[in-house]
Amino acid sequence: MEILSVTDLTVSFDGFKAVDSLSLRVDKDELRCVIGPNGAGKTTLLDMICGKTKPSHGSVKFKNLDLTDMIEYQITRAGVGRKFQTPSTYEDLTVYENLEISYPGNRGVFGSLFFKRTSQISDKIDAVAQQIFLKDSLDTKAGLLSHGQKQWLEIGMLLMQDPELLLLDEPVAGMSAREREQTAEMLNSISKGRSTVVIEHDMAFVRMIAHKVTVLHQGKLLAEGSMDQVQNDERVIEVYLGH
Amino acid sequence: MASTVHNGAPGGVWGLLNRYALILLAIVILVVLPLSLGIFRLGLLAKYLSFAFCAVGIVLIWGYGGILSLGQGVFFGLGSYMMAMFLKLERAAEADSSTSALSTFFGQAGLPDFMSWNSVEALPWWWEPFHHVWFTIAAIVILPPLLAFILAYVNFRRRVGEVYFSIITLSLSAIMAIVIIGQQGYTGGINGITDFKTFMGIDLDQDRAKVVMYYITAVLLIVCVLVGQFIVRSRLGKVLVAIRDREDRVRFSGYDPALFKAFIFAVAALFSSIGGAMFTMQIGLASPSLVGIVPSIEMVIYAAVGGRLSLIGAVYGAMLVGYAKTFFSENFVQYWLYLIGALFVVVVMFLPGGLASLMDKLRPGKKSENGAMSAAVKELKPEAR
Repeated sequence: MEILSVTDLTVSFDGFKAVDSLSLRVDKDELRCVIGPNGAGKTTLLDMICGKTKPSHGSVKFKNLDLTDMIEYQITRAGVGRKFQTPSTYEDLTVYENLEISYPGNRGVFGSLFFKRTSQISDKIDAVAQQIFLKDSLDTKAGLLSHGQKQWLEIGMLLMQDPELLLLDEPVAGMSAREREQTAEMLNSISKGRSTVVIEHDMAFVRMIAHKVTVLHQGKLLAEGSMDQVQNDERVIEVYLGH
Repeated sequence: MASTVHNGAPGGVWGLLNRYALILLAIVILVVLPLSLGIFRLGLLAKYLSFAFCAVGIVLIWGYGGILSLGQGVFFGLGSYMMAMFLKLERAAEADSSTSALSTFFGQAGLPDFMSWNSVEALPWWWEPFHHVWFTIAAIVILPPLLAFILAYVNFRRRVGEVYFSIITLSLSAIMAIVIIGQQGYTGGINGITDFKTFMGIDLDQDRAKVVMYYITAVLLIVCVLVGQFIVRSRLGKVLVAIRDREDRVRFSGYDPALFKAFIFAVAALFSSIGGAMFTMQIGLASPSLVGIVPSIEMVIYAAVGGRLSLIGAVYGAMLVGYAKTFFSENFVQYWLYLIGALFVVVVMFLPGGLASLMDKLRPGKKSENGAMSAAVKELKPEAR
């Protein structure tokens, strides 16, 4: 069953088509990796799914919702979680507070003014903190975390939202080899029961997590299939090694 | 793990001291100062405290929300003028009943004196409801926040940036002063509205009325600080800090930042309006010189001196700068403005977190990493670390 269907999606910036009539389907509970050389339009694709960029043409359907008609916070509330390329956490809040304000519900003005922390919420925070290896840093300001920990915290913030569709933009950028392994493990466990789209440059990492890989090139779909299929595809080899 | 551990407030002795800060403030403004000041100086203090309402609001919107408003004088002015309208109408009615030959000769029945001087024949319709005290109070509490909310929401919804919003608020305060001065017949013009006698029959010039009024102001101010503390400590307060630091990301946490910013802006407007109304009651004046650009910027200075992340610091900031202004202007008539400027420069250079950060610096064995304050310090003075 499809959860995300991108059809004929196009966006142009001053005539330059960053994404060019791209179509893509992601199934329920699927973990999809999107790879491609620099400038292939990977991040722009995620930007359009989560509402950060408005497409010039085409549609993005999530379940039965047309995401192109919605703005960012509505898309988030509908169940799409987005992690950015550079870790984006709230640096002046503690890890605990970062996780807590990501908890869904009470997102209105008065809802959040009179928000009360229930044991259900603090249990959830503890569980997520465990998953993202930050159990011992709950009271640390996010700004004081290492780069890798910030990446994890941002993933944790998404887990608090419990999204049905998780969009991760280079989750292991800037991580050590050890951290990459831990993250791969983490991704394999958190992607259970939800659909995940991961953008990544690191092929070794992609091999650790991928089931199905989509290759983008110059805003267009170049190839799609299992990691082995894709790696042996002539066009893919040419794009990556050709020039 | 106890859930109270994660509320972000420092625990232990320092937590207690922080908790006592408000009680300390209450003792200072409710007990110590009223007992040690004469009625004249108490009147001055009342004036500073009226401005402190604005400073407390500025801490909320600027320190926590990241919105630098250079137009809080507008909301102060709205509160001040609405109260003045009520007082002036009461005064006009009273003048009529005393059947002074002059008043019957010069003007319509119940018409404020400045209207008669400007040949305004009848009371404008929008003055009429201000005959009623409850309407006046309701308007002071509802109108400015409502206007502030609409103004802010329209702008923030369209993602008007911080600097542009500051300029808009700055222009608003200029416009308001210009309109008031220009519409002399309806607003009293450059002279403002003054010469009140009574509030609901109570003689405002009596010492006892002044003292009572002072206490009402001080208590209201403490209530505003409490409301501010409640907001800052709530989830909404955390979202505000998140918006201040990374507004784009907050949308992807499922919040509508425009709504939150507009809300906190409305709260600050409410505080300012109350401050304006209390000012007029006590000082007996509503003047365009209190709504323009200069007073609006002075209010920001109060908050900066007190510490822009400290609601309580803002009150001390308003009192300190207010007193400094009075002291300098009494003793160094020609230079007092420079001295105020110098005070501001010294605080910003050597104490970028304001007076409140002194507490942090004096804190034994702990670097000033106490949360939000350190971020402000870093932001204002990058080489500090």
